[in-house]
Amino acid sequence: MSDIRVIGVAPVRRRRRRLPIGVAIALGVLALAVLAAAFGKLIFPDAMHQDILASTLPPGSPGHPLGTDELGRDILQMAVAGTASALVGPVIVAIGSMLLGVVMGTLAGYERGWLDTLISRWTDLLLAVPVLLAAIVVSGVMGGGYWVTVALLIVLFSPSDIRIVRAGVLEQSARPYIEAAQMLSLSRWRVMFRHILPNVTSLVVTNMMLNVAFALVAFSSLSFLGVGVAPGTADWGRQLTDGRAIMFQNPAAVFVPALLIVAVAVCVNLVGDWIGQRLSQVGEEVR
Amino acid sequence: MSIADTRARASRLRPLGRMVAVRVLGVLGVLFVLSILVFAMMYLAPGDIVKNLLGNRPTNPDVIAAVREQYRLDDPVVIQYLSWLKGFVTGDLGMSIRLQQPVADAIGDRVGITLALCLLAFVVAVISAVPLGVRSAVKAGGWVDRTGNAMSILGLSAPTFAVGLLLLYVFAYYLPIFPVYGGGDGGVDTLRHLVLPAVTLALGLGAIIVKLTRTAMLRELESDYVTFARSRGLGERLVRRIALRNAAIPIVTGASLVLTFLVGGTVLAETTYALPGLGTLLQDSVLFKDIAVVQSLTLLVAVVIAAIALIADLTYILLDPRVRRQMGAAS
Repeated sequence: MSDIRVIGVAPVRRRRRRLPIGVAIALGVLALAVLAAAFGKLIFPDAMHQDILASTLPPGSPGHPLGTDELGRDILQMAVAGTASALVGPVIVAIGSMLLGVVMGTLAGYERGWLDTLISRWTDLLLAVPVLLAAIVVSGVMGGGYWVTVALLIVLFSPSDIRIVRAGVLEQSARPYIEAAQMLSLSRWRVMFRHILPNVTSLVVTNMMLNVAFALVAFSSLSFLGVGVAPGTADWGRQLTDGRAIMFQNPAAVFVPALLIVAVAVCVNLVGDWIGQRLSQVGEEVR
Repeated sequence: MSIADTRARASRLRPLGRMVAVRVLGVLGVLFVLSILVFAMMYLAPGDIVKNLLGNRPTNPDVIAAVREQYRLDDPVVIQYLSWLKGFVTGDLGMSIRLQQPVADAIGDRVGITLALCLLAFVVAVISAVPLGVRSAVKAGGWVDRTGNAMSILGLSAPTFAVGLLLLYVFAYYLPIFPVYGGGDGGVDTLRHLVLPAVTLALGLGAIIVKLTRTAMLRELESDYVTFARSRGLGERLVRRIALRNAAIPIVTGASLVLTFLVGGTVLAETTYALPGLGTLLQDSVLFKDIAVVQSLTLLVAVVIAAIALIADLTYILLDPRVRRQMGAAS
């Protein structure tokens, strides 16, 4: 596979050296977000410290460029400190659903037969489940807490991964190199995960990026509805929800975390789309 | 075997009536499994069942006995489930412990505003998104396409409530054109209260529909029959109309995607604008652990989704002349 690809890629690469400006900006924003996630709590360890005597300050107040909330917490500090919590959940969900999708999708696409039927029906069913509704009901009524929500979202996000992997595996299975591998009587697991899987990685990675964006939106929506992370945690969704009460005194309390959520989701989408486009073009050259 | 396989085989081998029956039975099967899960919610919720069902009403042995009697807690689980299901089917959904009124009444009071909101949002989304998707596909890579693409990425990335809060701040607070929250007093006033929530919802919906339309339209415009139609000198408008009719099939099939978004989005939009609809009812009931209401709403949503998906599927089969012809040949 890899040696076939080299032929097609050589001229393509030269053409695509230059990064589209939008994608470059998006990568920059994401790099900043990752830095904030890694070091945000170290820079502002007291971001969540409450001051009972304090009150809401509007943006532009001395010492608080974006103002404070009604507990005297600085909006900017909270936003930086909340990056980690806002990003970790979505990334875990995206990776988890990707792993689930890889295993189930590969099995369905390679083994076919009743297993394929079962898995395909299962994905059909899951696709019809409104993610938000299921998450509210399960974490709300059963009181599962944060990690139950994460597990639930992994399952509910997996159908797209399963379908994409399955389609990729189906397409690869028909190729000669798989026939060759089968004739060498390699074990089916070896064929599936050592030979086919590397060739569908690009599809998987693209979809994972998009899932990060959707999961980010889902998590913040759950926080907004009061079933997300615990109060007092530094988290964008939480900050936005708490800020609603003082929206008219200090709009930054709502719109700074909202803007951050939207910005990161848009950037992840842009980068994901770009990777997908690049890889699909490379794929077409090969065919 | 995917749906497509089932569909293809069914349409080849069986006459129409049989096929529809198979579809309906499949949907009923899924709903049956789901109803068991929803029923089990009562047992899965942490804490004592009787206590959960009573809420914070003062308890005494008589009340407890009444609840045990009402939910048949002393009978085997299967009997409990059947009597609960019978209640659901006949419209007896139990009592809401939070509102102290029958669940059916609570839902009946609020269903109108939610339906109006969804319908309004859907109409706004379709009217703006389908033409945009078509234009994007026709002039792929042009400025309309790029603007449309940017808008749809934004619409998919921006959480519904974030858009809602922004619109609320700008158009209800900064420029007081629309009311800040509430459901209004009915009629035109309610409509005025629904404008901002509907626009909020329509942005996310529209983003999905633009993407669906654009992809479907692009595929049709690249196909041979379009090239042929053009080469015969058919006007571009007519070509586009023919292509759109074919593109409509995948768009309608994507309805379930739109629907699942709409369900979640309604909850968020209603919460943002404090509309007294089913979404806020669900959210309040979940936070209060008002299980009877949550069960009823969950199952109701499932039934609605299943019904709409089924109708979309059937119209798709019935409206596609190719499928019809295949069926005619088979029967």
